[in-house]
Amino acid sequence: MIKKFIENAGWPRVIIGLFLLGLFIAAPFVGVRVDTSLSDTLVRFGMNAVMVLAMIPMVQSGCGLNFGLPLGIIAGLLGATLSVELNEKILAHCAQYVDAAAWGAPISFASAIVMALPIAAVLGYLYGKLLNRVKGDEMMIATYVGFSSVAFMCIAWLLLPYKNPTMIWGYAGAGLRTTISVNGYWFHVLSDFLAFTPFGLSHLYVPTGMLLFFAFMAFLVWLFMRSKTGTAMTAVGSNPEFARASGVNVDRMRVISVMLSTMLGAVGILVYEQSFGFIQLYMGPFYMALPAVASILLGGASVNKASILNVAVGTFLFQGILTMTPSVINSVLQTDMSEVIRLIVSNGMILYALTRKVRVKR
Amino acid sequence: MSEVPLLKLENIGKEYYGNRVLSNVSFSLMPGEILGLVGENGAGKSTLMNILFGMPVIASTGGYEGNVVLDGRPVRFTSPTQALAAGIGMVHQEFSLIPGFTATENILLNREVLNPSLLEYIFSHRMSTLDREAMYQRADTAIRTLGVDISPDMTVAEMPVGYKQFIEIAREIDRKQTRLLFLDEPTAVLTETEAQILLKALKKLAESGIAIVFISHRLNEVKELCDRIVVLRDGEVIQEADARTASVRDIASWMVGRAVSEAPESEPQKPRQVREETALKVEHLWVDMPGETVRDVSFEVRKGEIFGIGGLAGHGKLGIPNGVMGLYPAGGRVELFGEGIPLNRPRRALDKKMAFVSEDRRGVGLLLDERIDWNVTFTAMQVQGRFLKGIPGLFQLRDDAAMSRAAEALIKLLDIKCTGPGQHAGELSGGNQQKVCLAKAFVLQPDLLLVSEPTRGIDVGAKTLVLDALRRYNQENGTTIIITSSELEELRSVCDRIAIVGEGRIAGVLPAKRPAEDFGLLMMGHEVEVEGSGGQGSPQSSNVEATA
Repeated sequence: MIKKFIENAGWPRVIIGLFLLGLFIAAPFVGVRVDTSLSDTLVRFGMNAVMVLAMIPMVQSGCGLNFGLPLGIIAGLLGATLSVELNEKILAHCAQYVDAAAWGAPISFASAIVMALPIAAVLGYLYGKLLNRVKGDEMMIATYVGFSSVAFMCIAWLLLPYKNPTMIWGYAGAGLRTTISVNGYWFHVLSDFLAFTPFGLSHLYVPTGMLLFFAFMAFLVWLFMRSKTGTAMTAVGSNPEFARASGVNVDRMRVISVMLSTMLGAVGILVYEQSFGFIQLYMGPFYMALPAVASILLGGASVNKASILNVAVGTFLFQGILTMTPSVINSVLQTDMSEVIRLIVSNGMILYALTRKVRVKR
Repeated sequence: MSEVPLLKLENIGKEYYGNRVLSNVSFSLMPGEILGLVGENGAGKSTLMNILFGMPVIASTGGYEGNVVLDGRPVRFTSPTQALAAGIGMVHQEFSLIPGFTATENILLNREVLNPSLLEYIFSHRMSTLDREAMYQRADTAIRTLGVDISPDMTVAEMPVGYKQFIEIAREIDRKQTRLLFLDEPTAVLTETEAQILLKALKKLAESGIAIVFISHRLNEVKELCDRIVVLRDGEVIQEADARTASVRDIASWMVGRAVSEAPESEPQKPRQVREETALKVEHLWVDMPGETVRDVSFEVRKGEIFGIGGLAGHGKLGIPNGVMGLYPAGGRVELFGEGIPLNRPRRALDKKMAFVSEDRRGVGLLLDERIDWNVTFTAMQVQGRFLKGIPGLFQLRDDAAMSRAAEALIKLLDIKCTGPGQHAGELSGGNQQKVCLAKAFVLQPDLLLVSEPTRGIDVGAKTLVLDALRRYNQENGTTIIITSSELEELRSVCDRIAIVGEGRIAGVLPAKRPAEDFGLLMMGHEVEVEGSGGQGSPQSSNVEATA
């Protein structure tokens, strides 16, 4: 029974899961509140899960792990900044139909998604076309697509003609700031939906809305992977020659998968920002791909097979360890070196996860 | 010959994870003797070879039982290097050649002829340069010993599959200390003529004192070449026989453990419906398939007919079905029931209800990492929109239950040995994988079924089942079938007419009942009097009696 469970889950997940459990048990003894930690883990899970979900389509179609996630994030950032910029106009327009005061934040957030998706689709299309030309080296090229797009946007953020005073540099009157608050726009719009603190524990905050939103996105991906196109995509990832002989347009499937991954990335960053409270521009997206990649690998995915369960398990373990290790170890060592520990732990886990990419076949 | 056997096996046994694959295997081998080792797939032949060659997989799974005695001294190899040093050479079923290197470089890999140089004394021989001229000579000698004509300068990537096999063997021959040579299905990828050349070469090698263990599914070859035959079944030696006295029929029945009918021709053939109507018409087809170039091919296939395409490897017979199905760049004109089929578009060919079973089972034919039911139903789902539920055109999901049902029915029909429709295709044996490929084609309910090399690399029992399945499918559904195969006897046993391809062109189309020599002559490029077809020609159907 236990043996079978371990076999199904895989040793790495069992070990990391036990480690995480150990941290939770040790926490009270070193003065770390368990309920706060649990709450942090849940919040971080909700913030990151959709971006990890963005790995699935590309992995399934054989394009490898989406190291080009920053591209999707940039689309999301454009959507976010546009929604802030055009907030008044959009709300004024919607005031005709609904009560703008009550629905302001959700409408504003929805407008960010609506504006981000077409941008992500176009960027994803071009990105997919590029990846079709470098079959076999997708992950390497994807990494550089991510990095170079971030560098390019560093220039663009300065030059784009945004006018909203909450977003631009005060002294020059032009160019976007590195960090933009979404407070007053759509701060915690998902997180606070149906949020509650169970068992009267005031420190245990459950971001129900954000978790529900992830569940909804996961359901959409699940549905898609079971459609005819989704099935074809899986076959392309499994054996492109087989798919071609079965009349499937392999390149088209790959482009669709890259577009989907990019669009999910855009939605993912919006979910992240509404919880975090800030839009982070410039170098913000630079390192976003690695934690997402590490999470899905940790969850048991390989380079050409990934499931939603991998996403959920992997994100929870990765974010859990990331939340717990610095606080617990900090308290043990009685010094403030949480940032150093966080870096060591997160990069160490990425390194570990990348060595776990089993069953790579060409 | 000395009295001490070169190789003696004593009670060899082996278990993989509690699964017994070999038990009590004993036999011996004298210098210069050729021993035929036969058995169905999974009988334990490959494991036995791995043990003798000291493959690490054996040690890592718990070693083996029994003794291997070489020259009267017990040995226990733990790595292939030791086996090589002891004079054991092995030619594997899968090629271990470097595609980008030339024949010479592959044959002399790690045994290169070196130029003496000063650096050699200071450092090691790793700093020496190569004596290309001498290497060329040695490679050439080795290739010529085999009696084939392959340029030592040709890169392996450019070679047809048969050539690669010769290079692989040449490499073992070149090794001077080789005294014992294992050949694991060396003729599986060769045509009959190439196989004959190889057999001749092997006999010559044996005369020079090298002992040979020859593993093959082609029993005629085994009988022709070998002095003695050892039959393995389920990991045990079932029979050890003199090759001169044992008949092919005996060997086959020892192998499968049941009586088999030797000649498929002798089976009573039920009358079938072959119409006058033309099903497939191919005109001036060219196909750019590497190693199987088709230059200019025209032929016609009638409705309900089983049409064979034979010929030597590398002459383009495999290019024809691949070109018709649009898998390789092609040109010319292909018509199915009078309608033109656009080339280079696999989807269009499938839309016209043509189905293809690829010769490259693992590469093209299967999703090895997916379930059997996915493999079987995927093409039908993508092309014909079946196995989906929901609202057509709006929102449809895969119907897993229907997929499993369809797969289960075919598993039963074709007798596929598996744990169920959920098993991954990669875990099946070669013969059962081939059946899954056939199942995939049957699900499409095709009007025209193209089957490439349906029996390559599968054992005798599975072979018969596969051919029977094809014959039955044709009989029951009236489906036109085109079979491409290097095994002429097989084609003659199932086909109505056979086209022989030579150098990318049709050398001739003959009724299957013509004697084998006629086909052989066509393959060798000789003219044969063909009533019913010219060199290029469309057959005048009146002369060909298709129904037996």
